[in-house]
Amino acid sequence: MNVVPISYYLVLSAILFGLGVVAFVFKRNIIAIFMSIELMLNAVNLAFVAFARAHNQLDGLIFVFFVIVIAAAEAAVGLAIVITIAHNRRSLNVEKVDLLKF
Amino acid sequence: MPMLDHLWIILALPLAGAAINGLLGKNWPKSAVNSVAIGSVSLAFLAVVETVREFLQLRPDHPVVHSYFPWMSAGTFKVNFALQVDQLTIVMLLTVTFVGTLIHIYSTGYMAHEGGYYRFFSYLNLFMFFMLTLVLAANIVVMFVGWEGVGLCSYLLVGFWFLKPSAINAGKKAFITTRIGDFGFTIGILLLFWTFHSVDFGTIFSQVSSMPSDTMTQAGVLTTICILLFIGAVGKSAQLPLYVWLPDAMEGPTPVSALIHAATMVTAGVYMVARMHPLFSRAPIAMLIVAIVGAATAFYSATIGLVQTDIKKVLAYSTVSQLGYMFLACGVGAYTAGIFHLMTHAFFKGLLFLCAGSVIHAMGGEQDMRKMGGLRKAIPVTFWTMFIATFAISGVPGFAGFFSKDEILEAAQSGPHANLPLWLLGLVAAGLTSFYMFRLIFLTFFGKQQFDEHKVHVHESPKNMTVPLMVLAFFAIFGGWFAAPKLVGGTNYFDAFLHPVFASYEVQTSVGQEEAAARPAGEEGGAGPAMDLVHALTGPPVIVGLLGILLAWWFYIRRPDLPKKLASSMYGLYTLVLHKYYVDEIYAAVIVRPLLWISTNVLWHTVDEGLIDGTVNGSARLARETGGKLRELQSGNARSYASWVVVGAVGVTALLLGIWMKVH
Repeated sequence: MNVVPISYYLVLSAILFGLGVVAFVFKRNIIAIFMSIELMLNAVNLAFVAFARAHNQLDGLIFVFFVIVIAAAEAAVGLAIVITIAHNRRSLNVEKVDLLKF
Repeated sequence: MPMLDHLWIILALPLAGAAINGLLGKNWPKSAVNSVAIGSVSLAFLAVVETVREFLQLRPDHPVVHSYFPWMSAGTFKVNFALQVDQLTIVMLLTVTFVGTLIHIYSTGYMAHEGGYYRFFSYLNLFMFFMLTLVLAANIVVMFVGWEGVGLCSYLLVGFWFLKPSAINAGKKAFITTRIGDFGFTIGILLLFWTFHSVDFGTIFSQVSSMPSDTMTQAGVLTTICILLFIGAVGKSAQLPLYVWLPDAMEGPTPVSALIHAATMVTAGVYMVARMHPLFSRAPIAMLIVAIVGAATAFYSATIGLVQTDIKKVLAYSTVSQLGYMFLACGVGAYTAGIFHLMTHAFFKGLLFLCAGSVIHAMGGEQDMRKMGGLRKAIPVTFWTMFIATFAISGVPGFAGFFSKDEILEAAQSGPHANLPLWLLGLVAAGLTSFYMFRLIFLTFFGKQQFDEHKVHVHESPKNMTVPLMVLAFFAIFGGWFAAPKLVGGTNYFDAFLHPVFASYEVQTSVGQEEAAARPAGEEGGAGPAMDLVHALTGPPVIVGLLGILLAWWFYIRRPDLPKKLASSMYGLYTLVLHKYYVDEIYAAVIVRPLLWISTNVLWHTVDEGLIDGTVNGSARLARETGGKLRELQSGNARSYASWVVVGAVGVTALLLGIWMKVH
């Protein structure tokens, strides 16, 4: 039967991850940055699943569950922070949130 | 033999006294401080007496050595805290503790109205501790501890009145000048260890006795060691050319001058040379240097003493001169005579200083002899005791100084290392000594009163000052009578007592041997004891001494106008001597000021400020500026951090990729 080779998955995963990184660095809106983090996490998840399938091992799948759980927790905390920032600064621009510096 | 086994008790007593008074005595009444200070030294004196009794019972041939604990041990270099007792130590111990106790008692009167009373006695006790350490030491490193310790106490006590700039400077001068000598001493110690692989006196001396002696034409390591050690003695015992600190040290309280700068510390150099005599006896060049320096100093400082007007300065130069005598004695191989003079000098010079203190006390702080005069009736005890001491130092027959000085000059004249030019110098110095001492007496106690009687209330000192004077006066007369039987053909008991120490090493220099050889010959020759007596009483030293007295009498009693006339007729010479040959000024110009200039301009402004501070400040500035630039990385902008992470990740990936490509 025709199996999609693992490299396809990995390339897709790398492209998704790269998009996430680029979005993270260049986006100014906190929500967008937040979404780019989710994109990167899911790119990694894809790679995990692909490897798990290729090697016939469960470890990668278990890791994916962990990542999903962490991402959910992170989303909960992150969104709370975002709301607080929006509430205090009336803006979602990260460039304006730079008080913690030298 | 309880005391002989526990020599450390002699040291522990004054140390305990110093610690108790120094740490606790600040708010104590004077009587409590007194009892601690005097109690500790008099107990030390009693301990010494007991030690001597046990030692004389035992009469060992060798020194009694006790090692109490190992102090330092590094490879072959081993130093124990070891103490020893032999006849030489006994003489020094008795002198130091006896005179020390008397001076402690005297100080309770002299210092009664001074601030820092507890501090004074604490220092004085500490001095006793270090002096006894120096004397009791069984190796040269422990001796060095005492040597430096007495220097420290000298510094503390000279600068006792620390609000007086001149006193502070005198203290520093004393410390720094002796440090020059200690430089030689330290190298000498190192060379000793390098040569003998030991610092213990016993080990060194037994090795020396099998070594070939250096000769006049061939100077080896022994001569070098001796000269280096002698440089130390020159500093500590204020000999030419390092004597300059001692006259200035008179800024300290007078009991300090009596104890440290007359009776004990300054004689440490003589003691050290006598202690190291097995080496010196094998280094004729070093011996000659010792003798020359001694004789030159004796003469030189006696001439300065002639024109001084400060009563303590006269005594200071006299001390330098008498120390010169002691070195002359050691230099001509008459160690016993040197130690004998050390002991009698401790009595009469200690007494002279204490009397001077009593005079100053009576005059309410005046030290200029020209402003005294006619004090004889007002302070009779001080007058009589000082008169006795003056007779003693002038070598008038029957007094202590006569016996010891006579012995030194005799050794210089006819001993095995006789040196006639040096003998002549010593002889002239003896005449000068009796002149300036009687000048002091006549100016102070005789003639017209040169002060306003209504302003100065002249009064005799209290009992606790006069009693030590009387005790010391007794010894200034009879302290030399150990040697008296010699005059009528008997034994010199002092020589006989020290004989075991010096005999075995003094190959041909032993006074005792010479004496033993001379005595039967004298008897055979028919010259009876009476001849010895007549010979001694009419010898050159006595005649010169009496001439000096007569001259002083002529100048200051009979024709008091004469000194001024003479001074104006020989104005150049007089000014030269009055300004102490401008030695202080020369030292200032040649050594002190260039040193200060170099220290200020080169060491301070260039090396310290430029190089050292520059390095330290430079590295600090480098760190600060680097940090200043680097901290800007922490911008607070989350996206810039993320960019850095990306840059890092790309870098690491590229690296791994590079490695992977190389492998495949």
